[in-house]
Amino acid sequence: MLEDRIIMAHGSGGRLSHQLIRDVFQQAFANEWLGQMNDATVLPKEPGQLAVTTDSFVISPIFFAGGDIGKLAVCGTVNDLAVSGAIPKYLTTGFIIEEGFPVAELLQIANSMAAAASAAGVCLVAGDTKVVERGGADKVFINTTGIGFIPTKRKLSPERIKPGDKIIISGTMGDHGIAIVSQREGLEFSSPVVSDCATLNQFIDSFILPGVKCMRDPTRGGLATTLNELAGQAGVAMVIEEELVPVSPAVKGACDMLGLDPLYLANEGKVIVIVNPRDEAAVLDRMHGHPLGKDARTIGEVLSDESGLVLTETVLGVRRILGMLEGEHLPRIC
Amino acid sequence: MTIKAQSAKLIADIKAMATEPFKLMEVCGSHTVAIAKSGIRELLPPNIRLVSGPGCPVCVTDNSDIDRFLSLAQQPGLIIATFGDMIRVPGTVTNLQNIRAGGADVRVVYSTLDALEIARQNPEKQVVFLGIGFETTIPTVAVSVEIAARENLSNYSVLAMHKLVPPVLEVLVMDPELGIDAFINPGHVCSVLGTEPFEFIAKQYGKPSVIAGFEPLDILQTIWMLLKQRTEGRSEVEIEYTRVVKTAGNPKAREYMDKYFTVVDARWRGIGVIPQSGLKLRPEYSQFDAEAKFTLPQPVETNIPGCQCGDILKGRLLPPDCALFGKACTPLQPIGPCMVSSEGSCAAFYRYRGRSYNA
Ligand code: SF4
Repeated sequence: MLEDRIIMAHGSGGRLSHQLIRDVFQQAFANEWLGQMNDATVLPKEPGQLAVTTDSFVISPIFFAGGDIGKLAVCGTVNDLAVSGAIPKYLTTGFIIEEGFPVAELLQIANSMAAAASAAGVCLVAGDTKVVERGGADKVFINTTGIGFIPTKRKLSPERIKPGDKIIISGTMGDHGIAIVSQREGLEFSSPVVSDCATLNQFIDSFILPGVKCMRDPTRGGLATTLNELAGQAGVAMVIEEELVPVSPAVKGACDMLGLDPLYLANEGKVIVIVNPRDEAAVLDRMHGHPLGKDARTIGEVLSDESGLVLTETVLGVRRILGMLEGEHLPRIC
Repeated sequence: MTIKAQSAKLIADIKAMATEPFKLMEVCGSHTVAIAKSGIRELLPPNIRLVSGPGCPVCVTDNSDIDRFLSLAQQPGLIIATFGDMIRVPGTVTNLQNIRAGGADVRVVYSTLDALEIARQNPEKQVVFLGIGFETTIPTVAVSVEIAARENLSNYSVLAMHKLVPPVLEVLVMDPELGIDAFINPGHVCSVLGTEPFEFIAKQYGKPSVIAGFEPLDILQTIWMLLKQRTEGRSEVEIEYTRVVKTAGNPKAREYMDKYFTVVDARWRGIGVIPQSGLKLRPEYSQFDAEAKFTLPQPVETNIPGCQCGDILKGRLLPPDCALFGKACTPLQPIGPCMVSSEGSCAAFYRYRGRSYNA
């Protein structure tokens, strides 16, 4: 029998720790690798280069419309692999839990991680749990590390970006950010905004043609900040037409109310694709064939200018500089 | 022709006609946003100046009115129903968001019908709808009173802070210090009022005005029409937004307004009391009038230190002229209402403030 709440002994490495691992994590994540129960999991190699990424999740609230911290921790890391062109295979996870945290909620989080991992076809192969005293952390923090393989011949990199390339965005901007903020602010919308939190790897598989040069997921800092990073790394300028960026009416309404800009809001299930114009139509076509890409559209292009600036162009053709996010926008959004 | 090509042609014509300085005022928040968003200012020759008038309903609401509804919101057993852009508008010491965090029941609604629904579902509570807005929204509030009367919804009332556009225009057109040469009239308001209430701009004050739509090309076309009036020595009320605005306006909507509301003096932020420029519920409907139903504090005149919203609403200053703009005051940490409401001049300027870039 498990206790109702996490106590310090759950992190001691003793009997209660084992019980917690068995009753919460092993039951949720059960797979042949985790079953090894060794200090390290031994995994087979696959062809191609290895891709590794890690991310920590401190989102508040931990349960939100469209997901929870567990699902987010899987999506965030799987997506970082997927946009790098890797096929995500394995995840490891570390939990830092505040004393007193309800075990039932932990179970719920573990189960939703497991569901997201299995939907994405990745296995959770190693894990760790630590408990800190009350106030030492806020409820639960989760780290995930992802391992994937990049198929030989696939090479995605900002260096491949050239003037004339098209900038495609897979769907509406700002849903995750608004879902979190509206819940935090206690805003009630008649139709609540739901986080777009989703794993992108299978979706990306469906459209990754040779003309796809680079991809990014516009998480913290949103579309504007991510494009600035890309333009800087690629040493090119980009221009987008703001009117073309899809934003749902509910997100737009909430942004107006809260003084937020959807171009700077976090997304957790969207991808920016820089593609050779030759493959633009084909990529869009394939994206539209997947539920995660039904609102995909081209929003701009790469300019023959090495300034590294991102510009917006209004319907009248006025160009303005779209800067990076300044200062702290919304803390603990992921 | 693409929008860009059409606008280039209009801009060229405007430039050719802009031989002397010409100061235009728009008096509608949607125009303010459309101008900032499309970058019209950047395209116009420097001697054509666009200034924003008191077109944002949240912004023109006086601090004393805001303080009064904030005090009302703290009365027990009461639900405040309001459009979202009022939630963060600062009063002298607090705002609705903070009051709600302290336990008050404040609900964001998208229409007066939502407010009525809240009243139906909470018969043991009093529901007060914060009535702000111009002639465009007033008819919908009138309809809500009609429904409440029909259904005998004794727990629904409206705190009427509604304002009328023509009287404030008259104050601005008369002000020699402002020196407005012509007006871009608010398309939505005119779709209710028609052209007649705006005739005085031409007849009494000899200034051109044009009723404009909300697409960037509508606004450019309007500027061109205003310049053309000046060039030809005419001053009239013309309609550019012909696809929506009829000369007679919408008599039915006006009937509703007249049936439930009566004209009173009203206090405008930054401008002061303008005679016959606001609406309150007629005495026959006082049971739906929050002012009659609840004890509200007397209005006290206060100002937000450093905030220039008043001068911005009059078109005397542009947002960047305020020392706090973009520094102490941003949409996330707004100091004045013009930075809170998405239709406020400061919010619109801030949102589209990006340095312009000439490739
Ligand atoms: S920038 Fe802020 S403080 Fe200044 S006028 Fe605008 S709202 Fe008021």
